Amino acid sequence: MDLTPVLDGFAVVLEPTNLLYCLIGVVVGMLVGVLPGLGPAATIAILLPITIGIEPVTAIIMLAGIFYGAQYGGTITSVLLKLPGEASSVVTVFDGHALARQGKAGTALGIAAIGSFVGGTVSIVALTFLAPVVAGFALDFGPPEYTALALLGILLVATVSGGSRLKAVIAASIGLLLATVGRDTFTAGERFTFGSLGLADGLDFVPIAMGLFGLGEILYNLEERHTAAPAPARIANVWPSRGDLRQSRGAIGRGSVLGFFLGILPGGGATLSSLAAYAVEKRRSKTPERFGNGAVEGVAGPETANNAAATSSFIPLLTLGIPANATMAVIYGALLVQGVAVGPRLVEDDPELFWGVVNSMYIGNILLLIMSIPLVGLFVRILRVRPAILAPITVLITLVGVYTVNNSVFDIVLVIVFGVLGYLMKKAGFEPGPLLLAFVLGSLLEDSLRRSLLTFGGDPTGFFTRPISGTLLVLFLLVVLYPALRAGLSRRRPAARSIDTEELV
Amino acid sequence: MTVLVGYVPTPEGEAAFTAALAEARRRAEPLVVLNSGRSGAPVSTDIAPDDAVARLTDRADAEGVTLDLRRPEHSGDVADEVLRVAQETDASVIVIGMRKRSPVGKLLMGSSAQRILLDADRPVLAVKP
Repeated sequence: MDLTPVLDGFAVVLEPTNLLYCLIGVVVGMLVGVLPGLGPAATIAILLPITIGIEPVTAIIMLAGIFYGAQYGGTITSVLLKLPGEASSVVTVFDGHALARQGKAGTALGIAAIGSFVGGTVSIVALTFLAPVVAGFALDFGPPEYTALALLGILLVATVSGGSRLKAVIAASIGLLLATVGRDTFTAGERFTFGSLGLADGLDFVPIAMGLFGLGEILYNLEERHTAAPAPARIANVWPSRGDLRQSRGAIGRGSVLGFFLGILPGGGATLSSLAAYAVEKRRSKTPERFGNGAVEGVAGPETANNAAATSSFIPLLTLGIPANATMAVIYGALLVQGVAVGPRLVEDDPELFWGVVNSMYIGNILLLIMSIPLVGLFVRILRVRPAILAPITVLITLVGVYTVNNSVFDIVLVIVFGVLGYLMKKAGFEPGPLLLAFVLGSLLEDSLRRSLLTFGGDPTGFFTRPISGTLLVLFLLVVLYPALRAGLSRRRPAARSIDTEELV
Repeated sequence: MTVLVGYVPTPEGEAAFTAALAEARRRAEPLVVLNSGRSGAPVSTDIAPDDAVARLTDRADAEGVTLDLRRPEHSGDVADEVLRVAQETDASVIVIGMRKRSPVGKLLMGSSAQRILLDADRPVLAVKP
C-alpha cells in the first residue's frame, strides 16, 4: 500500500485553517451532544449553509468533527444528570449514572473518554487500511451494481434502524417520491412540478435536510418539558484507578471491534452499536447483576462502540458514495453541495480530501480526549438555558442560513414545509432519517436503474447475470423476506424468540 | 400557621434558612422550606442537591422543628410561587434571603425579593448573609 497520500493527508490536516475548523467541529459536536434533543444530524443540517463558503476538505473536517464529537458530549449528561443528550448514550445512563451516585462520576467520565478515544482510533486505523481496498473493489461497479446497492441501502436503513419497520418503509417511499420531483434527466419531461418554476429543478437537498432535521427537531423538542435537576457537584478525580482500567480493558477491546463492524452496516451506526455492546458486556460478564448498579464495563463498552461506529460509518460514504445512516446522508448532502463526486474514485481523484478528512479524525479524537473533561462545567452551564430561549435563536439561524444558499425565498418556504412535516412525522412515530436517506439515494437509484435497463435492453433479469449485482439483489430479497421467515420459525418455536428480545438491554 | 422560607443553595439561602429555623422554634410552628427551580431547562442551580437537603433535615431535627420540604417547579416569576405557597400553608411569616444587586442589575433582572416584600399580605423577614 502506498503511504504517500496518507502522509500528505496529515499535511492537509495540519494546515492552521483545517486545525481550527477541526477544533470548532469537535467543540460544536460536544455541545450538541450535551444538549438533549438537538442531535448531530440536525446540527450538521443547520450548519450546511456555512460550509458552502469554505473549502470542501475544511467543511467536511468540521462536519465530521461534529458527528464524532457528539458521541463524547452525550456521555457527560448521561453520567452526571441521567439525561442522555444523544440516542447513542442512552445505555450509558444505566451504569454511568449509578457510578455518579456512588461519587465516581469522574471515573465514569474518564473511562468513557479513554474508551471513546481508543474506539475512535482503532476504527480510524482500520478505516485507513480498509477504505482503499473497498474503493478499489467498487471501481468495477457499474450502474446495475449501484442500483442493487442503493436498493439494499435504503431497505437496510428502513429495517435496521429501530422503531416500526412499516413506518420506516413508508418514510423511505416518500423520500423516493420526493426525489423524482423536477425535470427528468433523460427525457427532460417535468414531473410533479405542478407548473411551478421553483420545483422544475427538483427539490434541493439543503432545505429538505434543514427542514426535516433542523426545524422539525426544534419544534418537536419545544414540547418536551424537562424536570430540572440540581447542578452536579464538581468532578474531582478523573483518572480511573488501575483496577477500573483492568476491568474495562476487555470491554473497550470488544466495543471497538463491534462498533467498527456495526458502523459500516447501513442503518447501523452509533446507537445500535452502543446497545449491542452493552448487551454483549452484560452477557459475557461473570457477575451480570452488577450491571445497572455501577459496572465500569457497562460504561466502557457502549461508549467505545459508539465512537468506533461513528468513525467507521464514513467507510460506505467515502468509498461507495452510499450513506449508511441519517447523519451520513446529511454529510453526503454537504459533499454534493460542494460539488465533490463521492464514490469509489474519491480516493484516487481527490486524495487530499479523502485522507485529509480521515486523518483529521486522529487529531479530532486527541482534541476531544484533552477537552472533554475540563469543559464539563461549561456544558452544565449551557444546560441551564431554557429551550424557550434556545429554540427561536436556532430557528432564526436556520432560516437565515437557508436563504443565504440560493438567495431564494422559495427555499425558506420549503424549510418551513419540511419542518412541519418532520415535526408531524416525529409526532406520529415516523423517523425522518429513512426519508432523507431515500431522497439522497433516490436520484442515484433512478439514474443507475434506468441506465442499466437501457444496457440490458429493458430486461430486468439482466441484474442477476452480473455476479455482484446478483448477490446484492439476493441479499435484498433475503432482507425483505426475513421478517416473514422469522415469524414462521418463531411460531414453531415460541420460546426461542422471547429470550432474544429480553437480552437486548 | 407555619414559617415559610424560600431556599436556594447559596450563602443567602443558608442565612435565610438559619433565621427561619430560629423563628420557627421561637413561634413553635412547623417550618415549610420552599425550593423551587424554573421549569424548562434540564439543569437549574436553584434546586438543592441531595446532600444539601439531608443537611437541612438534620438541622431541623436537631432543633426539634418539623420540616416540610416543597419542591414545585415554577414557570413564571419565583415571587408568585412564594406568595402562592404562603397562602396555601397560611404562613405567619415569610423568610427570604437578600443578595447584593446593583441598581442596573436590578433594572435589568428585577428583584424577586422586592416583589415579595411589596406584594406579600403578611410579615416578611428579609435576611442578609
